[in-house]
Amino acid sequence: MSDSSQQQPGILAGLLAVTRRDLLLAWKRPGDVLNPLFFFAMVCTLFPLAVGPSPEQLTVSGPGVLWVAALLATLLSLNALFMGDHEDGSLDQLLVSPQPLPVLALGKTLSHWLISGFPLVLISPLLAMTYRMSTDVMGVLMLTLLLGTICLSLLGSIGAALTVGLHRGTALLSLLILPLAMPVLLLGANTVSLAAGNEVYATGIWALGAYVIAALSLAPFATAAALRISNE
Amino acid sequence: MTSKLSGKGLTLIRGESCLFRGLGFALNPGELLLLEGQNGSGKTSLMRAIAGMLSLETGEIYWNDMEVSRQRQEFHGALVWLAHRTGLKGDLNLVENLRFEAALRPQANVDLAAVCKRLGIAKLKRLPLRSLSAGQQRRVALARMLMADVPLWLMDEPFTNLDREGRKLVMELTEEHLAKGGMCVLAAHQDVDINATIKRVAL
Repeated sequence: MSDSSQQQPGILAGLLAVTRRDLLLAWKRPGDVLNPLFFFAMVCTLFPLAVGPSPEQLTVSGPGVLWVAALLATLLSLNALFMGDHEDGSLDQLLVSPQPLPVLALGKTLSHWLISGFPLVLISPLLAMTYRMSTDVMGVLMLTLLLGTICLSLLGSIGAALTVGLHRGTALLSLLILPLAMPVLLLGANTVSLAAGNEVYATGIWALGAYVIAALSLAPFATAAALRISNE
Repeated sequence: MTSKLSGKGLTLIRGESCLFRGLGFALNPGELLLLEGQNGSGKTSLMRAIAGMLSLETGEIYWNDMEVSRQRQEFHGALVWLAHRTGLKGDLNLVENLRFEAALRPQANVDLAAVCKRLGIAKLKRLPLRSLSAGQQRRVALARMLMADVPLWLMDEPFTNLDREGRKLVMELTEEHLAKGGMCVLAAHQDVDINATIKRVAL
């Protein structure tokens, strides 16, 4: 029998273990990964068909549509973040695990971002072509989406943790998260619009970066506390 | 320093009803705490409270004579909880599930193959868990408990879904664990046949 105080496990061990397991699970059930991606692609391709193909209109509405679609796709995928673990009892096991809970929560969030946020960033240039976006603006779009989806995953994990015990908590989750997610949407969409209009856009990127850092340092602790409360 | 688990003046109220009031217990190395009671009498709640997942109305759980709430990480490093739900992933196979648990406890040093052989699940390594029977899944949960290599076992109805040999095996494993100086909190509504010091808590 080993003495637990003898050798403290590395702080990253829990993060890596959880991330690796969740990625493995996603690999075995690819449907969960593709759902938000399909939603994102569908909204972005259907919109030009519905409003008409006039280039001026598409250039103006492009950044907004892409960003709203990305936000909604992320919100859709958030409900599942802790749901599976809650149902099979592995969330309870994480709560009594020897690893610090905020680190485990961060691991869950990281895998969520890798599974549902990062693919959105990767396919966004393809969809941006529909809106006649120039290559430079596409770069800005990808950068804002990269920072934005990290933010949304982190903020969303708090909401997902709070609503994990509730049936049909999706609507409540969205309501909880929207006020926090609104600045991300405004900053992201407006930054891309500014870049498309050849104006100075760097401020928006910095602000998004600051938001990421704030969320990264606070969200894991909030998520851990929320998980403890909703599992009483 | 000897590990010791105790609880003093524990009261838990759920909704309108009081599940227990002023409950106390003390557990020393090599002893078994048996929680007895009917369905819904609060066995699982007490166990969750001991694990620190449920806040009590009054009272405090102590580990090494110090409040658990003040040393949660250390306490969780010393316990493993065999819950009613197995907490294993149905889409992953046995090895993948157990490797995940091992990664959370890098200091544990138990041979996976030997544990699987002992529990009679060595041949099921490649199958996803959801294709196993309930009893086999329970055996995998037991394997996880052995892999944890910790002094305190919390076992909530460990005999559920197990066949006669499985039940015997659980009792043997518990006896061995207690003989090595481990501790065990066991909730069951059937009689257990374990040769060790048994303390009883009736709920």
